[in-house]
Amino acid sequence: MSEHHKENFITKYIFSMDHKMIAKQFLLTGMFMAVVGMLMSAIFRVQLANPGETSILYNLLPSTWLNDAGGLNPDKYLALVTMHGTILVFWVLTAGLSGTFANFLIPLQIGARDMASGFLNMLSYWFFFIATVVLLSSLFVESGPASGGWTIYPPLSALPQAIPGSGTGMTLWLISITLFVVGSLLGGLNYIVTILNLRTIGMTMQRLPLTVWALLITAILGVLSFPVLLSCGLLLVFDRSFGTSFYLSDIIINGEVLHNEGGSPILFEHLFWFLGHPEVYIILLPALGIVSEVISVNSRKPIFGYKAMVGALLLIAFLSFIVWGHHMFMTGMNPFLGSVFTFTTLLIAIPSAVKVFNYLATLWRGNIRFTPAMLFAIGTVSAFITGGLTGIILGDSALDINVHDTYFVVGHFHIVMGLSAIYGMFAGVYHWFPKMYGRMMNKNLGYIHFWGTFICAYGVFFPMHFLGLAGLPRRYYSNSAFPMFDGLSDINSLITFFALAGAIVQAIFLFNFFYSIFKGTKASQNPWKSNTLEWTTPVERIHGNWPGELPVVKRWAYDYSKPGAEEDFILQTEPLKDGEIEH
Amino acid sequence: MDIALRNMVKKQLLWISLAAISMFFASMLSAFIVEKADVGNWKEFILPNYFVFSTGVIILSSLVLFFIKPQLKKDKSIFSLVFTVLILGIIFSYLQIKGWQQLTNQGIYLTGVGSNISGSFLYILTLTHLLHLVGGLVGLCISAIKSKQNLYSINNYLGLELTAIYWHFLTVLWVILFAFLKFY
Repeated sequence: MSEHHKENFITKYIFSMDHKMIAKQFLLTGMFMAVVGMLMSAIFRVQLANPGETSILYNLLPSTWLNDAGGLNPDKYLALVTMHGTILVFWVLTAGLSGTFANFLIPLQIGARDMASGFLNMLSYWFFFIATVVLLSSLFVESGPASGGWTIYPPLSALPQAIPGSGTGMTLWLISITLFVVGSLLGGLNYIVTILNLRTIGMTMQRLPLTVWALLITAILGVLSFPVLLSCGLLLVFDRSFGTSFYLSDIIINGEVLHNEGGSPILFEHLFWFLGHPEVYIILLPALGIVSEVISVNSRKPIFGYKAMVGALLLIAFLSFIVWGHHMFMTGMNPFLGSVFTFTTLLIAIPSAVKVFNYLATLWRGNIRFTPAMLFAIGTVSAFITGGLTGIILGDSALDINVHDTYFVVGHFHIVMGLSAIYGMFAGVYHWFPKMYGRMMNKNLGYIHFWGTFICAYGVFFPMHFLGLAGLPRRYYSNSAFPMFDGLSDINSLITFFALAGAIVQAIFLFNFFYSIFKGTKASQNPWKSNTLEWTTPVERIHGNWPGELPVVKRWAYDYSKPGAEEDFILQTEPLKDGEIEH
Repeated sequence: MDIALRNMVKKQLLWISLAAISMFFASMLSAFIVEKADVGNWKEFILPNYFVFSTGVIILSSLVLFFIKPQLKKDKSIFSLVFTVLILGIIFSYLQIKGWQQLTNQGIYLTGVGSNISGSFLYILTLTHLLHLVGGLVGLCISAIKSKQNLYSINNYLGLELTAIYWHFLTVLWVILFAFLKFY
């Protein structure tokens, strides 16, 4: 495909093979799921602040989820926590983030007409969509959705009779996640071959924007780690449905002695976390790629240490495969093995610190423009530092054991993974919205959105560290049964206040987003005065991206404020001047 | 996208998919190793003879594939070669099923009260390999039909080449699985 061609409604908006439309489909589905996941968290935070009491928010739930007094049933509290985790980790921060920006940016930033296979790309989205429908349908089954935690540890996930959420809801969870993985693999394969093969003339690997590097490495991580989740899930399905014993042994349930012998739930943890830890970086790396671009553009400076940034991405990706044991320090692991995992985990601090240093060095003495995208990008760096510091504690087996399964862990991963990634996603949306929709988002609403989100997010997750240090366990329906935690109830109420306020603030973003699609100020071709190729495409978006010949790249992506240049940016298509040295 | 680039993209897609499939089986084998080391009641058993025969058959099928390109260079029909590989693939599948039959005769079951985790692993590993092989058989069927219609030439046989790469991969994978199950 080389030219723009006419499309009808179905081929343009539904079964589209245009990477830009597929990116928007991922974004809108991810946003919808983010709202669902956020409402779930608002509901269970209300329960934690006012255990057993009723709330207006519970009107969103089926009446069977509530007890006679109108309070939330404990098993449904667990279901909400499980679904919140599943939705946020996989649907929002994996597909919503990576699916959106990989699809949108890869062809545009490497100078390609589209992905290598538009058909596979379309399939990737529709697998994701069907997975979404299946997952949401589990909310409406009698026994409720999966409720053993987003990590679906056996035996709760392996025995349909274990708890209500182990039944049909768990089966639907497994079907849904299988479809999700298939969609992710199709997408990942496509991203890799597109970047390797379809770069335009002059776009060498050394000239790739860091967003594309991050998305490439993310795709490789996904292709190598998601199959492990599939094998893990396959063994679980056999245990659940066919009576094998891979994860089960010596179980007595409801007085019945099960025949299962010899299996181990720890095996599940090994397999699950072999995916699970790379998954952290599948979520995080695209955000870091976006941040690299946004910070450089809005500092009007070249990214500091381009090669080091690429090296750090590669090193983080490699290390992410050999650290999974730090999620399992409490499983009776040999202390020597624990120390090995501690060592490999702490090694990740090195490339992470390189990235943070380079972000700060890029900002240093830059001509900074505090656009909403820039604020969110800096917010990502902030959360990456804050969450990274507590990661050092949790990565050390001797320290981790003391706070295992407490709110300290919840605070840590929400900041380092959740906030970093969602801020990166917001940065990306604000930054590339003009290219997606040809209009600008409202800046002032963006500022309110950023500061509201930033304050509320820290208001939620920062105090959780103190709860954790005080020993408050995660996943408990109510802590009122334990007098030792009575003194913490005010902090819990405070967290809930910030959680609800934070949820309301997101309405500003949603309004800004949808209003701006139709009524926003019309965007110019290159509103941020950026160097990368996507800003050389016309404002009117066409399938094929460029109306004539593909652009030819003559320089790297970060020539900002170059001495001797007429302006403080130089498009990648601008030839080097006589005697000019490329960065 | 020109044809040469398109062909390269398709080959790369296949190779990366094979890397993903390799990770699937690598995780299964590591699970096997972990469980064997941990489980007290791990039951040892003799691998069915049929698996030895099936190993020979699938290696032979891969060897036959190597004769296709020279035939294409000579502009000769390759139908009989492709069809032979297809038949060998079907024989391999049959032998695998016979192997499972031999296992159940030994009292080694996939599941149920009398099953043991060692047997379950054996069935799952061979079953998932066979499921992947079904994909290869479909590819061979299509290639056989196309070769019967003389649609392949030395300059145009990408579909067959992709099928052949996938088939060789399945052969190597099976040999590794067989050696692992036999000697580990």
